[in-house]
Amino acid sequence: MSNEGRPLSPHLSVYRWPISMTLSILHRMTGVALSIGLIALVVWLESIALGASSYEALSGWMRSGIGQLLLLGWCFSFFFHLSNGVRHLFWDAGRGFEKSQVTASSWMVIAAAFILTGSYWLVLGGLL
Amino acid sequence: MSLRSPLGRVLGSGSANDGTEHWWAQRVTAVALLILGLWFLISLLQLDNFTHATVSAWLGHPFSGVMMLLLCLTIAWHSYLGVQVVLEDYVHGPLIKVVSLLISRFAHAFLAIAAVLAILKVSLGGSL
Repeated sequence: MSNEGRPLSPHLSVYRWPISMTLSILHRMTGVALSIGLIALVVWLESIALGASSYEALSGWMRSGIGQLLLLGWCFSFFFHLSNGVRHLFWDAGRGFEKSQVTASSWMVIAAAFILTGSYWLVLGGLL
Repeated sequence: MSLRSPLGRVLGSGSANDGTEHWWAQRVTAVALLILGLWFLISLLQLDNFTHATVSAWLGHPFSGVMMLLLCLTIAWHSYLGVQVVLEDYVHGPLIKVVSLLISRFAHAFLAIAAVLAILKVSLGGSL
């Protein structure tokens, strides 16, 4: 018995792409990125425990272009995941479910993630 | 013999009898990481520099040690819960699903214990 040609229920592709869908995907992607970041955090801690030469070797690598790009990526992922995570906690409390509220809070999360990442990176850059 | 009604026994349990545990643990660790993560980023900003001497002195401080232990263990837990959901959603083959979930669990356990050992080594003065 073939199901071909039978009507399908509306799928993702028939909807006009709302901003909240982008954020939902980004929440997962930044979460996975931060899970990989856990490996880097543990390597950093191990390098401190192993002594100055290992630590300096890792620090030198993290100061390179790729290292800085990774750190910036993890920094953005952290602040995005944190901001959107706070929004999830509001949803868990049953607040902010109206379509207009979801769209507004989506843009607030994006703005917060960029502002927090930018300002943290600027302050940290002054120290490095 | 329990005097609770059959309905009372199953309410809130879900079909697997622990329906809310995963969800709740994810929220509790999220709130903890909101505090611990921001503490970590702010304490990095307060360091004078990022030499091995400065960073290991900071990590060796008892309060930093406790906070870093909490941070690493909570990240590992939260990350495990999140990666589990991602794998369950996107990995469909029965064997590859079980294998990837096992690898994720072992990797998170390994990272958590590696982090604990590194922090303890510095805290207890093992660093050279």
